[in-house]
Order: sequence, then structure tokens, then C-alpha cells
Amino acid sequence: MDLFEYQGKQYFARFAIPISKGEVADTVEEAVAAAERVGYPVVVKAQVLVGGRGKAGGVKLASNPEETAEHAGNILGLDIKGHITRRLWIEHATDIAREYYASFTLDRAAKMHLSMVSARGGIDIEQVADEEPEAIARTHLNPLDGLGIEQARDIVARANLDEQAREQAAELLVNLYRCYVEGDADLVEINPLVLTTDGRVHALDAKVTLDDDAAFRHPEWAEFSNTSDVDERERLAKDKGLQYIGLDGTVGIIANGAGLAMSTLDVVNQVGGAAANFLDIGGGANADLMASALEVINTDRNVRSILVNIFGGIVRCDEVARGIVTALGRVELASPIVLRLDGTNAAEGRRIIEELGSDQIIGEPTMLGAARRAVEIAARGGQA
Amino acid sequence: MSIFVDESTRVVVQGLTGSQGRFHGLRNRAYGTKVVAGVTPGKGGSDVEGIPVYDSVQEAAAKEGAEASFVAVPPKAAPDAILQAAEAGIRLIVCITEHIPAKDEAYLSARLSRDFARTRLIGPNCPGIISPGKCNIGITSGDIALAGGPVGIVSRSGTLTYQALHELSQQGIGQTTCVGIGGDPVPGTTFLDVLQAFEADPETRAVMMIGEIGGDAEERAAEFIASSMTKPVVAYIAGVTAPEGRKMGHAGAIVSGSKGTARGKTEALTRAGAVVAVNPTEAGEKMVEIVRSLS
Repeated sequence: MDLFEYQGKQYFARFAIPISKGEVADTVEEAVAAAERVGYPVVVKAQVLVGGRGKAGGVKLASNPEETAEHAGNILGLDIKGHITRRLWIEHATDIAREYYASFTLDRAAKMHLSMVSARGGIDIEQVADEEPEAIARTHLNPLDGLGIEQARDIVARANLDEQAREQAAELLVNLYRCYVEGDADLVEINPLVLTTDGRVHALDAKVTLDDDAAFRHPEWAEFSNTSDVDERERLAKDKGLQYIGLDGTVGIIANGAGLAMSTLDVVNQVGGAAANFLDIGGGANADLMASALEVINTDRNVRSILVNIFGGIVRCDEVARGIVTALGRVELASPIVLRLDGTNAAEGRRIIEELGSDQIIGEPTMLGAARRAVEIAARGGQA
Repeated sequence: MSIFVDESTRVVVQGLTGSQGRFHGLRNRAYGTKVVAGVTPGKGGSDVEGIPVYDSVQEAAAKEGAEASFVAVPPKAAPDAILQAAEAGIRLIVCITEHIPAKDEAYLSARLSRDFARTRLIGPNCPGIISPGKCNIGITSGDIALAGGPVGIVSRSGTLTYQALHELSQQGIGQTTCVGIGGDPVPGTTFLDVLQAFEADPETRAVMMIGEIGGDAEERAAEFIASSMTKPVVAYIAGVTAPEGRKMGHAGAIVSGSKGTARGKTEALTRAGAVVAVNPTEAGEKMVEIVRSLS
């Protein structure tokens, strides 16, 4: 789960990482009131889960209530790379002397945590990594050892942070590591981490991705849910326990297993079509989940055909077939289904579909053949 | 020959009394796997269809000679279950459990490499390992595999592993061993480990590798293929059309920036001399050509 900047900063605050004083605002009036409490000058910042807010006009400085109102009015509703701004973060403006970068993430190849710190902050770190790799102090941390203050001091020195920032930055780094590990984040990133003109080090931005698999030990994460700016289809799917990602094509996809689902997208693309979504019904799918998956796809108005690609393992094909029957009973599907069933109980699954006798379900024996058929139907606007 | 397991491998199922453990443990036994024990703390002394259940892996290993473990317990309990198996001297642990927190996996991996260097973990979040006709540990349906070799399969994805087995078996091409390494960020066993084992296995004459977007495991595998692999490799990478920055189900399957793309992986593997197919069916066809040219 990706956190908005304001949520990330609130999460940082739990781990004693210094942040600027700020408040959330959902309307122009709230923004003006928040600015009064936070203290001028303030920065009005769009809360969207996408980078490049500044360039898109989503971050503005305001010195008085009139400016706050003007900027808040412009930014609320602003479309930033397809993300509509619905919330603002009003933050006391900071006098910046220097901009740094700090992050922790997992280096999968090394099977260890990776700390990255750089004195070249404020810009895209991938760009720094490409152009000046030596400007980033990369340090692998063994999960059994963690990060202590001595090593943190060494890291900030190697990263060439200014002398006066080092001790504070080292302490912050230790806390950021705790936030990353104890806070079960897949990524914590501060860009920029700033040294202010009066000599304080603090986080001016916050990028935090939480590990959904650790939610069971973080009841406090409940406050973060239902606020992310996912699209309606994704929200509906998530409520039903489905892994769904909305895309722009016309062929709805349902598959079991992430790999097979990704592969199905690829094959649809290879035979000249475009997928409307990624949807993995998972390893333990049953009839009800299959029916829910079809219902979610059915809400997508761009869909002209639905490709159901199942390789039964734990998932039994007869259950999938029953799910399709259930779905047809619950909703009227707007598009025909092309169905490929293989693996556990495939013959039984095919028999159930045959008995249903619907001309809206077309069986295809192979993955490639099914993809071709689904793309043809979509190209005809949904005529089976 | 097969890698990591064979017909004599004695297996303990951790979580045998749970629904997953019971279903798959019994299915593995029905396939012919020597499932000699189960472990469920507090249920020692009972049995599941004749398979004795013990309170600890230590006990199961001592009394039944279990040397491999099949971990089928929920994500909260899985890391401890794996460590318990390692402490009991189990040499091969297969963990199918999905949704183990990444921090727990990273910690577990560090513990295994520091304290139990001789223990091999396959998974977590993997379909398991099958050596057709000999041993099946995990959730793969045995009837889609074909004994007799000569192909070794290694895959990061579950259902695509089945697809790969299916594509080959349908063409009459058998497999020596099929290893599902799982799609999690910190897999116990990597492509590299399995490729090395296949390279060393005389009966494996060609390898099919199924990768996906995210991470750089395929790129590292490519380095090994280029430097040390004498056997032909057919590869397929899922996720060519995946959008940037979105997790495709697997925690590991994500493209971020220029990293982890299917294109980058395909290029690395092609440069390394592997035949890279654009879909699973083509991968099967390419492998058929290679196998026919071998004999």
C-alpha cells in the first residue's frame, strides 16, 4: 500500500523522524484555516500517489490567506498524470540550505536491506544513479545486525553530507531504518531530506510503501485504508478479495495465478489485442470468487470480450465453471466469455459449461487460441 | 537423475492436520512420495490417514528419518516452522505459504545462510518441486508431469509452471525435475541455484526457465548461462505488457523505472545464448525442437 505524503509524514513522526508542521485540507476553507494554524509562509501540496507534482502545478508557496485560497482552489481537482487531487497538505514553508536523499529498501539479489544516502537530493534519484553513481552511498545491511548509530555516522560521511548536518542525519537514518523494519515498509524514501538555513535536518517529503502482507500486525494501518486514489474498479475488486489492476484495452482478463495472468496479457497483446485489466483470482479460487471476478469485469464499459484463462492446480476447473454459472445467474454479462480450462478437473468443468448451453461462452482448448478468439470478438465490438 | 529430491526422499509435512497440508500431503503421498510424518504442535500421537503426526520436526526426523519438509502453515507461523525444520537438520524445506511479510523473509534468509548453510529452502510462495515418477512435494498436480526427462524446468510463477509442464508433456517431452522457486522478493532458492544443479545433473539435457518482471534474478541467471552453462536453455519472461509501478500479484513482480522490465531480461538472456520465447506455447515448441535435435 502506497501512502500519501501526509500519511508518510505521520508515519515518520511515529518513529521520531522530524517533519514540518502541517495539516490536511479537503476544501479551500479548510486550507485557509489550516494555513493560519500552521503559520505563514506555507506550501500548498497536492496529495496524489504520483511523482512530478511540482512540475504539474501541484505544489505552491503562499504567503497570505488570499494566495492560499487561490492555490488551494487551483490544486483541488487538478489532474496530475491521471490522478485527481482530492486532498491537500498545508505545510509551514522551510528555508532550505541543502537538499539530500535517504532511503531504505530490500535488495533482492543480495537478500539484504539496502540503504541509499546522497548529498545530491531533490531530484530524481534514478537520474543521479545513472549520471553520478558515486554520489550515492549504497550500504547493504544484514537483517540480523540492523543499523546502529556508528554505522549511520559512517554512511552519512561517505555520502558527503555537510559536516553540520551529519550527526542529525545519522540519528534520523537510524530512526528511518526502524520505520522501515518495525514499520514493515517495503520502501521508505525521503527526497529531499533537507538541511535548513538555521541548521536543522528534516524530511521535506515522504514516500512510504507498506507491505500489505504485514497488515496483520499493524492494526494502526486501518486509518490508511480507503483513502488511496485507486480507481473504482480496483476498489470494488479489492473489496471482493481480488488482485485487479485496471488497464485501457477491450479484452477483460481473468486468470488464476499472477504469472499466468501476466502471460495472458502478453499473449492478448501479441495477437493484436489489448487487455482491459490484470485480474488474478488467486491460488484458492472458488465459484464465488469467480463470479465476483466476472462482476468486476462487467462494470468496465470498455470491455468487449472476456478471456478466462484457468490452469487448475489447487483451483479446480469445475469450481470455476460453477462460478461462471453463478455469475450468469447474478448479473447480465455485457460481453461474451472465451473460456480456456486446463488442469485439475478440467473435463468436469467443460461438461458443466456445455450443459449450460449458453452461446455467450465459447470454449477454446489452448491459451493462444483463446486469446485469438477473444481479440477477434473484441474487434467486432463484442459479437460472439 | 533428478535434482534435490528422488524416489527415496523421506518427507515430513508441517501443518499436515490443516486443510492445505492434509489435501496436498495426501495428494503427494498418492503420487508415490514417501510422506513419512506430519508435524502439528499439540497434535503429536495422532495420525492423518496412517501418517503419524508429531509435535516437533525434531521428533519426526528422529523417529521417521525425515530429511525433507513440506511447510504448509499460515504466514504468521511459517518463518518459525522453517527455522524449526532447519534446526532439526532437515536438508530440504519446501514452503508453499503465500503472504509472508518481506521483513520476515529477509530475516529468515539471513538466519538460514548464517546458521544453516547446508539447508536448502525452496519458496516461500512456490508450487514446490516435482521429479516426475519419483517425488512430488508441494501443490503441483502430478498428472501434468511426464517422467523420463530430459528437460529440467525452473520457474518463478506457480500457474506458469503448470503451463510449462503441460506444454512439454503434451508433446511427449518428459522432465527430470521441475522446481518452482516462487515469486516472493527473497526466495530461498534462486534461478542460479537451480541452473547450477541442472548443469551438474547428467540426465538433464536442456532447461526451460520461466521468469517474470521485477528484480534482477533473470539477469543474474543470464550471467551464469553465458559463463558456465553448456546445456541449451529456453526462457520465457511473463509481463512484457505490464504497466510500470504496479505490482502484478506477486510481491516480486513489479517494474520500477528502467529496472526489472521483460525487455531487459529478454535481452540479457538472448545475449547469454538462451532461446527466448514470446509465450509459453512457443517456449514449449522451441524446447521440442531442441530436444529432437539432441537425440
